[in-house]
Amino acid sequence: MNNILLKTQDINKEFSSVPVLKNINIEIIRGEILGIIGENGAGKSVLMKILSGIYIATSGRVIFEEKPVIIKDPLDAKHLGISLIPQEFNLIKELTVYDNIFLGSEIRKKNGFLDKKLMMTHTNELLRELGVEIKPDEQIENLSTAQKQMVEICKAISVEAKLLIMDEPTTVLTQYEIEILFKLMRRLKKQGTTIIYISHKLKEVKAICDRVIVLRDGELICSEMIENISVLEMAQRMVGRELSQVFPKKQQPEDEVVFEAKGLTVPGVIENISFQIRKGEILGLAGLVGSGRSEVAETILGIRKHSVGKLYMHGKEITIQNPKDAVRNGISYLSEDRQGCGILTNFTVIQNTTLVSLDAYCNYFFGYVNRKKEEKSTLKYKERFDIKTENLDTRLEYLSGGNQQKVSLAKSIDPGPIVLIADEPTRGVDVSAKQEIYSLINSLAEKGLSCIFISSEQEEIIGMCHRVIVMKDGKIMNTLVDEKIKEEEIMFLATGVREGAKEV
Amino acid sequence: MIKAVIARVNKFQYEKYAVFIALAVLFVISAIVSPYFTRIQNLLNILRQVSYIGIIALGMTFVMIGGGIDLSVGSLIAFIGAVGILTLNYFMAVFNNEYLAISGAILAALIMGILSGTLNGFLITRGRIAPFIVTLGTMAIFRSLSLFMASAGEIRSVSGHYGEFGMNSIWFLPVPVLIMLIIAAILSIILNSTRYGRHLCAVGSNPRVALFSAINGDRIKLLSYMLCGFTVSVSAVMLTSRFNAVSTSNTGMGFELDAITAVIIGGTPFTGGRGTIWGTIVGVIILGIINNMLNMLGISPYLQGTVKGLVIIGAVYMQRQKA
Repeated sequence: MNNILLKTQDINKEFSSVPVLKNINIEIIRGEILGIIGENGAGKSVLMKILSGIYIATSGRVIFEEKPVIIKDPLDAKHLGISLIPQEFNLIKELTVYDNIFLGSEIRKKNGFLDKKLMMTHTNELLRELGVEIKPDEQIENLSTAQKQMVEICKAISVEAKLLIMDEPTTVLTQYEIEILFKLMRRLKKQGTTIIYISHKLKEVKAICDRVIVLRDGELICSEMIENISVLEMAQRMVGRELSQVFPKKQQPEDEVVFEAKGLTVPGVIENISFQIRKGEILGLAGLVGSGRSEVAETILGIRKHSVGKLYMHGKEITIQNPKDAVRNGISYLSEDRQGCGILTNFTVIQNTTLVSLDAYCNYFFGYVNRKKEEKSTLKYKERFDIKTENLDTRLEYLSGGNQQKVSLAKSIDPGPIVLIADEPTRGVDVSAKQEIYSLINSLAEKGLSCIFISSEQEEIIGMCHRVIVMKDGKIMNTLVDEKIKEEEIMFLATGVREGAKEV
Repeated sequence: MIKAVIARVNKFQYEKYAVFIALAVLFVISAIVSPYFTRIQNLLNILRQVSYIGIIALGMTFVMIGGGIDLSVGSLIAFIGAVGILTLNYFMAVFNNEYLAISGAILAALIMGILSGTLNGFLITRGRIAPFIVTLGTMAIFRSLSLFMASAGEIRSVSGHYGEFGMNSIWFLPVPVLIMLIIAAILSIILNSTRYGRHLCAVGSNPRVALFSAINGDRIKLLSYMLCGFTVSVSAVMLTSRFNAVSTSNTGMGFELDAITAVIIGGTPFTGGRGTIWGTIVGVIILGIINNMLNMLGISPYLQGTVKGLVIIGAVYMQRQKA
């Protein structure tokens, strides 16, 4: 038996005559974990969608287990034993966790009715393997982003796949959850499953993969065994140029306290959250999935109602009932769930950029929108953020994830906020776009913007923040300052290994 | 060279102009099939016939872009018509001044329309009840109230002049057609060039993104239902003026389905988030031409529903292909 599981021959893919994949020839070896890396728009996701039947290649062949196959829809892929964990969630939010996991392969009793009990038991086993505490009969819409990701992973491994494709599964996961995932991947590999692992986190690729393939602008750049390539080399091949320092130099924030939260409490969600943020400061919010980081943001924005607690801006108490009040008081939000809460995919670049700040572009009478002004200001962001788009009237659905994120950032800062809450600002974004977003946030801070920086990536928390609040179970465990901000310190606090004092 | 042309053709946004192309094709076919079709009088008749539903469909377009639906418009037209004519007759008796009475009646109808739309919108946004359910309920309520007012019969106006302006033409355009075009022009500007239009699309496209973008979605939706109520009242005034009466059991029967059909044919997706006003206008005209042709060809009026059904399913099928 040949040890090549899957082979592609001259795969080409065009979207309305724009080539996105050019003559891709790759071989996937049985039982390996193959990393595929590349910038946003390099074609990784498209290639994976072709293998899993979501897209059909413009030309070229796929050979699976030595036989040429045609994968025309996801069902074909499923029959072949190819399972995909997509980058964007594919869960039905009205259904429960176990419904989703067994969607399309429900277990039935002899009489034809669903065997809910058995499905729940299986789901429980899968979830326990992943080490997450989610109830099998919880509705998807009640889960956090990271929990949804875990469910998505469960769903993919519940069918015993020969080839498991993971498209950036760790972007919303914290270090702790990633470790669990890796353990699971190693076990699957031992059982003979072949895994394709797509990620922007090169350190993870280095840690888990056997071999790595680099794509750039739809072309295959190289294929290397993992021991022969360093993280830096991977990054350089992806970008095709030398990379300088990833994180910009931290600026010293001013002494003036801009925003303060005192004793924020949402029963059962967050408890007694108090912090201050100074002008030009980048304040990190770290913690595991479900520790209440995003919930703090949602409470400040008025989406969740706090039972106790007060908010102050420049020392004056403010009341926020909804995001509109928040914007009026100078607080802007960059959402972690780009497509769910951040941008409108059927709106153009211009329309998205000015969505929050539209008042500034309207004449007072009748709310007539001044298109010229909108265009001028959007063009400024396009140049400043280097947003890659055909033109400003392109709908966002045609932009890559990284560029969508830049538009989302432009939208958040266009109202000219005093405090920006950036929730996973680099989720699903490639190395060079990440670097750009870091330096953008840093330069905004330098100009006096205060930023609450929520992230699951320890590295960027450490690289970006002046101070870090570590949360666990909706409570602040401790606040770390300057040289105290260390990976293991955050981890200890976040997992509750060390219960710190309230203030340092 | 050829490649450039092909690229150009491929880039042409068919979905944007599909409804206009469909209208052109239908027009040419009709002109070939029946020589009478292209006579100015016939064309103006078609326009007049469709204008009553057309005016309603304009308000409906806004409601549907915002992700809602209004099933109550047909019943509402009878209700508002009845209120208008009853007011007219009352004022005639009290003031004994016909023009004052007519103005009063029109004003009462318009106010009643806006109030009814407000009721729908309020139940939907504040009550958090699905638009389909709310307007299904108010559809039954408005019809029943108007039936009650006249014991299911007809209410005639006692004014001779009320029946005139609805039949008049200005220059050559019938008044209701002119009014439809004026409202369409205004709404088109609001939809495409104002903050409200932008926010309406945002709310219909993804309410959660709209919420996070500091948009008051409830207010936006409420206004769209109020606007729909207003267009219904305009249509009601036009329609009752034409007959100088309202039949509480027949007036407006099935209008909601025709209006929704026109909006859908015009290219506004059922799920909302975008749409065009002129597409809706073309949508009602297409429905009008189809009816006109079926009549001229002597096809049983009972089969008109079948054709309408096929057209709406076909239109949505084509939009689905483009997506």
